[in-house]
Amino acid sequence: MRHASMRTALALGLAAALALAGFATTAAAAPKKGGILKYIIPAEPPSYDGHRETTFGLVHPIAPFYSLLIRVNPDNPASPTDFVCDVCAEMPKPTDGGKKYAFKIRKDVKFWDGQPLTAKDVAATWSKIVFPPKGVASARKGQFHMVSKISAPDDETAVFELKFPSGAFLPALAAPYNFLYSAKKLAQDMHWYEKNILGSGPFKFKQHQAGAFIEGERNPDYFFKGAPYLDGFHGIFSSKLAVRVNAIRSGQAYIEFRGFPPSHRDDLKKALGDKLTVQESDWNCSLMIAPNHLKKPFDDPRVRRALTLAVDRWGGSQYLSKTAIVKTVGGVVFPGHPLAAKKAELDKIAGYWPDIEKSRAEAKRLLKEAGVKEGFEFTLHNRGVDQPYKIVGTWLIDQWRQVGFKVKQWVQPTGPFYKVLRSRSPQYDVSMDFNCQAVVNPLADVFKFLSTDRSGSNHANYTDRKVDELFDKMNRTGDIEEQQKFMREFERRILDEQAHYFITLWWYRIIPHRSSVKGWKISPSHYLNQDLSNIWLEE
Amino acid sequence: MHKYIIKRTLLMIPTLFGAAVLVFVLLRLIPGDTCELRLAGSGAYFDESALKICREQAGLNEPMAVQFARWMWGVVRFDFGYSMWTGRPVTEEIALRFQLSLQVAIMATITATILAIPLGAISAVKQNTWVDYVTRGFSIAGLAMPAFWLGILIILGLLISTQRFLGEPWMPPLEYIPLWEDPGRNLIQLIWPALATGYRFSAVATRMTRSALLEVLREDYVRTARAKGLIEKLIMRRHALKNALLPVATVIGLEFAFLIGGLVVTEQVFNLNGVGKLFVEAVGNHDYTLTQALVMLVALVFILTNFVIDILYAWLDPRIRYR
Repeated sequence: MRHASMRTALALGLAAALALAGFATTAAAAPKKGGILKYIIPAEPPSYDGHRETTFGLVHPIAPFYSLLIRVNPDNPASPTDFVCDVCAEMPKPTDGGKKYAFKIRKDVKFWDGQPLTAKDVAATWSKIVFPPKGVASARKGQFHMVSKISAPDDETAVFELKFPSGAFLPALAAPYNFLYSAKKLAQDMHWYEKNILGSGPFKFKQHQAGAFIEGERNPDYFFKGAPYLDGFHGIFSSKLAVRVNAIRSGQAYIEFRGFPPSHRDDLKKALGDKLTVQESDWNCSLMIAPNHLKKPFDDPRVRRALTLAVDRWGGSQYLSKTAIVKTVGGVVFPGHPLAAKKAELDKIAGYWPDIEKSRAEAKRLLKEAGVKEGFEFTLHNRGVDQPYKIVGTWLIDQWRQVGFKVKQWVQPTGPFYKVLRSRSPQYDVSMDFNCQAVVNPLADVFKFLSTDRSGSNHANYTDRKVDELFDKMNRTGDIEEQQKFMREFERRILDEQAHYFITLWWYRIIPHRSSVKGWKISPSHYLNQDLSNIWLEE
Repeated sequence: MHKYIIKRTLLMIPTLFGAAVLVFVLLRLIPGDTCELRLAGSGAYFDESALKICREQAGLNEPMAVQFARWMWGVVRFDFGYSMWTGRPVTEEIALRFQLSLQVAIMATITATILAIPLGAISAVKQNTWVDYVTRGFSIAGLAMPAFWLGILIILGLLISTQRFLGEPWMPPLEYIPLWEDPGRNLIQLIWPALATGYRFSAVATRMTRSALLEVLREDYVRTARAKGLIEKLIMRRHALKNALLPVATVIGLEFAFLIGGLVVTEQVFNLNGVGKLFVEAVGNHDYTLTQALVMLVALVFILTNFVIDILYAWLDPRIRYR
């Protein structure tokens, strides 16, 4: 009896303590209003028009000024499949066999100039993105090849009609560049938004000093009541990594949203201790190798397979992740997405076998069969950027050496690198390439691997109609199981059977920030969750 | 003298034209263009039609001769066009940064002059004594150490020492405030890059002052002055130093001109939004119009500086007369 009372008392005490602790945690976690977020931005926006640009240098400073139709859930940005409404009232259920999406638009959304944002603005914006008029650049227009019509039958409804049901449609809609513009401004001048900013997002534009900084202030009419928490933000531009690290160390900036290499995370942690919080995530960028099919002997699938079989990804992940911004082993789909290959499936693909010795023995056998002699020399074309290109390039050279290749690295600055890579010519043997997308949208992201006459970013220069066919099949079914089945076939074809392309490692995102920055959650892309509406400062 | 000035001014035109042709051709020899970089550089998906439109808007699909003629026609009307990267007027882009670079250049030149002339003079006068050895060591160290590296050391030193002694790491402000808006904050930001570049600059000038003064001190007229019984201070100030300053003025002038657009890495280290940083970004972005204008600006600064130095020669040495 006595023991029972003791147990009850202890349990009650523990419950009370937990409740108190919980209360304390809740109280500490309650967002505070006020303050200016100072953050550092590694690149400057070339223009202010999100529809036209592809760089994160546009998203980090400009996204806080705009709303989107739908977006990645800011409270769950790590999930690659969680999309929520921004200016729409609720996520629509597709009708007409998955071919029609009618979005109800909130009535309380206003541009800063006081004009209401209606479905007409949504339709005008999306028409500019999907069906740009002559002379208007839309960088992601091709991702909406399934869209046949966009209309606004009334002020509260925006309707998207598709040619066929597509699993790639909703994720593409949620891309952070798809800022909603004013129909009136677009009607006056389709290029107006290239040099001007007028949005309905959490912050209003204050000033931008080219090369120096950009400032925004709280939008008091922001439609999510209570948000944003900050009074404003001040983004400082600096392309030099050391400056960005030191800015956080000295408190001149609280955060940088792109990502730092592991060594800088460790330096900052050592210098700042508890004043620093680190958030880490797999990154929706993959570093890949494009063997040039226009160059012998890389037109031979056996040689290409040998190249990928030589690479020990599982081992490389362990030690490269200590120095470079790469870590995760994965196939063509972002690891963690429902369409991604599971470990057991990956283990069967060339280059992912758990036994690297067996893998390299097979590589040597294939090379012998293809008539490629021991000591065969070729050049790895690489981009002149340390993280992670040159580091991974150097590692690859050693991996290939172990099956008898003698490889030299041809490192070029970004401009000439792209010129050669996109040349569709036998100017290089094997090149480093990368794929870095915003919203995780595997059905669209693998577009790169299509035949050259369909994909401008296929830099391995091949035509493979089976690959194209599988892509079309998986993009024209709404059934997730079918998508998975076609994706596995597609992946096997690209990475193993034909070894057209191969993935080295996926990037790994590390964000060390001042502990006073609260509310921001890391996502798998440096393009996502950047409207700053959920960030608040503890001091 | 007037004739000389007019002649020199007219000579600037072919020099600048030569620079224009050179930079126009050289830039286009580098593979790649600004549109490809802008759209493909991020690794994200982009539509090929956007690339075509971008090239059309930037005028990159026109023949080279047309591009050159259009640009030159703008230059003669002082219209340098728009940045291919940002779309803003080139003059606006440069004007924003020029002020900062000019201030750093002036501050570094003052630092270098204050250090170099006394140190060079003392080193020459006290030749082969410990004073000379220390001064020479100091200047050789300055020559051996790149300014940007010294800049990195300064920043790290400030971060570490302030953390140790004040509890919170501190480094110079990353953002520029004009001198007239907040002189204290302006100086606290720019004094460090001025010291880093001024030290290297002073090393060159110190060695030049020393060797020029040593040469002058062996001249007959100095010996005559001493024989006349003039005091050493007067000989140094009136006869030796003034004549020894001729080559020093050339070095200081050219170094000053170099600082306007040449602080490429130092500006990056201190995150200074100056002409040097803009230069790097413009070249990196294949922004032809902006790079061309910057090269023209630097060429003009060099030409003008040389011109001023030539005029200064006449003032420093009355024997020099220009016709």
